[in-house]
Amino acid sequence: MAQLDVREKLGILADAAKYDASCASSGTAKRTSVGGKGIGSTEGMGICHAYAPDGRCISLLKILLTNSCIFDCHYCINRKSSNVRRARFTAEEVVKLTLSFYRRNYIEGLFLSSGIIRSSNYTMEQLVEVARSLREDHDFRGYIHLKTIPDADPELVHQAGLYADRLSINVELPTVGGLKRLAPEKDIGRIEGAMGDLKSSIEDTADARKKYKAAPRFAPAGQSTQMIVGADAATDSDIVGKAATLYDRFRLRRVYYSAFSPIPEASSVLPLQRPPLMREHRLYQSDWLMRFYDYQPAEVAAAADTATGMLPLDIDPKLAWALKFRERFPVDVNRATREDLLRVPGLGVKAVKSILASRKWRRLRLDDVARLTVSVAKVRPFIVAEDWRPTLLADRAELRPVVAPKREQMELFA
Amino acid sequence: MEATSASLTSCFPQMRVATLTTPDDFDGWRDAARALAGARVPPSEVVWQVGDQPTDLFGDEAVVETPAPFRVPRPFVDLARTVVLHADPERFALLYTLLTRVLAQPKLIDDRADPLVRRLDEMAKAVRRDIHKMRAFVRFREVTDDDGQERYVAWFEPEHHIVRENARFFVNRFTGMRWSILTPELSIHWDGEALTEGPGASKADAPDGDPIEEVWKTYYSSIFNPARLKVGAMLKEMPRKYWKNMPETALVGSLIAGAQAREVAMIEKARTAPGSNIAGAWEALREEAMGCTRCDLYKHATQVVFGEGPVDAKLMFVGEQPGDQEDQAGRPFVGPAGQVFDRAVAQAGIDRAEVYVTNAVKHFKFEQRGPRRIHAKPGTGEIEACRWWIGQERALVKPQVTVALGATAARSLLGRAVTIGRERSKPIPLPDGGEGWITVHPSYLLRLPDKVQAEEEFARFVEDLRMAAARVS
Repeated sequence: MAQLDVREKLGILADAAKYDASCASSGTAKRTSVGGKGIGSTEGMGICHAYAPDGRCISLLKILLTNSCIFDCHYCINRKSSNVRRARFTAEEVVKLTLSFYRRNYIEGLFLSSGIIRSSNYTMEQLVEVARSLREDHDFRGYIHLKTIPDADPELVHQAGLYADRLSINVELPTVGGLKRLAPEKDIGRIEGAMGDLKSSIEDTADARKKYKAAPRFAPAGQSTQMIVGADAATDSDIVGKAATLYDRFRLRRVYYSAFSPIPEASSVLPLQRPPLMREHRLYQSDWLMRFYDYQPAEVAAAADTATGMLPLDIDPKLAWALKFRERFPVDVNRATREDLLRVPGLGVKAVKSILASRKWRRLRLDDVARLTVSVAKVRPFIVAEDWRPTLLADRAELRPVVAPKREQMELFA
Repeated sequence: MEATSASLTSCFPQMRVATLTTPDDFDGWRDAARALAGARVPPSEVVWQVGDQPTDLFGDEAVVETPAPFRVPRPFVDLARTVVLHADPERFALLYTLLTRVLAQPKLIDDRADPLVRRLDEMAKAVRRDIHKMRAFVRFREVTDDDGQERYVAWFEPEHHIVRENARFFVNRFTGMRWSILTPELSIHWDGEALTEGPGASKADAPDGDPIEEVWKTYYSSIFNPARLKVGAMLKEMPRKYWKNMPETALVGSLIAGAQAREVAMIEKARTAPGSNIAGAWEALREEAMGCTRCDLYKHATQVVFGEGPVDAKLMFVGEQPGDQEDQAGRPFVGPAGQVFDRAVAQAGIDRAEVYVTNAVKHFKFEQRGPRRIHAKPGTGEIEACRWWIGQERALVKPQVTVALGATAARSLLGRAVTIGRERSKPIPLPDGGEGWITVHPSYLLRLPDKVQAEEEFARFVEDLRMAAARVS
């Protein structure tokens, strides 16, 4: 009977947590359970133990401690004025559930968040207690991600960081106007202040560990945040700029973009239409360009339409940038620098690395490049190889129809 | 490997057999390959086999132990260690071929464009993926051992010979637990202190259920967001061949089938939600719009001119953009064109107080000529940038009929270029369920020089408004 009860709560509190995009379990310190009395390990890379039909990786048990909340944020299914069924786990129930899923190899660990009940401090205490019990009572060495309440006592946040691999605070909306309209009780100053505190704690402990091996770790997988896309008036350029600022100011590991999706019990302040999922995808691609391809935020923004500030939906931002700055192409695969090769649409970080290694031994021909890339057809118009020069293509005014992917139905319904 | 003595007298090419003890016997392969390569045996003269399969080939010749050790690049050893685990029976021979080439040209190993390097690289990738997927998709089920202690048992069917290689991962992760992983080729068992191996097993040897699986399925179906179905992305990372041993995959079909219905239900419920605060929502939206910078027009205009009218209006009019007077007043339809509009609305028998009026573009676009600000037509980019606001206004007000005044408004409403003459005066169904009407902008009537024509066109405009208003129930 008690079992059934937990299952019902799980249904409610997992459902309430699914609007948080993050499920990553990577980037933390390597640990094993050897020599301990419990279970759990972490690798550099997280593992996705299942995939849901929404294409998302299931890596962590992602739940709320409770979906009751004293706040009334319009985009949130758990806001005070919503009629959803409420439930609340005890700390012990979450601990038991995490361990029984982990033992069966369903998950890498726990991602715990919560609605605000009673007070920010009270809520934060509950979150910390779950992490403490997992680590101390059960010697659990798997991954723990705790959502941090911006207003909570810094001492509680500090404790959270000692148990958790990652902490996160959501900025929620990319614009101040949007936050004011949709989350009137949240305050951008407090959110960013808390993110700044986390950054300092993470850096301080990292420094301390360089000097003293025994110094405690603090959130070794760093901090991340999430922005909701399509619920306020922010353009893609605005969002890219905001993300770049956040990476820069708070040393975030990741910024997650979550296309606003219709929620049951929606507030009428919200738009009912959701933005195309492709928009979210394009933002992730632009994020990658900044993190792994050495693009400056302004360069990514330059790939957007100048009038609307929106990235094209039909082609990826890297291709859009290349079509806009055609004078930078073609790039000679036998001579070009790594930086220039990374700008070629269709050449990923790995392919560029292979090209640089291979060309020490041979002059690369188009066939050679084909073996190193996924699609040589996409790359061809932008490169020069030993036996290839794309004169005809590059001079063609309408390059876009040649290189843009065939329109396919990306969503089953729009 | 087993080395026998070489026959040096044969006039046929000598075939040598290298025998490895297990399918993942890297050490055996390395020893044999070292000896063969030291004796300069060409790859075409070696037959590789695993275990005591009967040799049906004519050769059974030896490998001469070579006294001369040699070195190979580290990346080759790493590659070989992984490729040996591949299921392809040719793997040992391919690796030996590459070894002979690498000995002649050590840097070859870095040349990913070489077809053989490339092929072995792909094989290594497949092995690594299988290793990773085993770590991801093994599913333990709890049983009670004879001594009353709990044990977790999994059945898994890997594609390659990776189980022994992967054992350490499971030991490191589940140290404090007793577990067994059964596979067709080999079983591994952990008792909390030592890892032991057993023979291959069958699915029937593994437990067929675990009550916690129902809880896990509850989680799987609750964490899935029906508003964002991406089946292709799921299949790419979780191919069907793994499904049969994963309890949650039984739900996939019904989750996909129910997804669209669930999203439609959510939106319907939201539309009819009682007690929603549309007026408050509209106020908040208007306030957010005041700070709009979605296009560059905000830089020169005085202020945003947002729509106005009752939020439960059944009829909505969309104009082009605020003019000079609207820009200063902060209200739509108060300039000369607005006066023409008011007159036409009255003649069409429409109560002006009951309609919602707004513009396709919410900032005034102009060219400064001396002291005067001359109206400039908004570009498609500006219209597109501002469509977000129109979309929000329409989502809140939900008018039964929306009348677009002029080409700019029509473009904003329909999202495409519109020729007024061709599409005016008739209902156009809109994707959100409302109805659209197209007519001219009142400023067009002001610009007509011919008085007779102006009167005719005004009458036609009034008639359009009357027809559109008649569609409202």
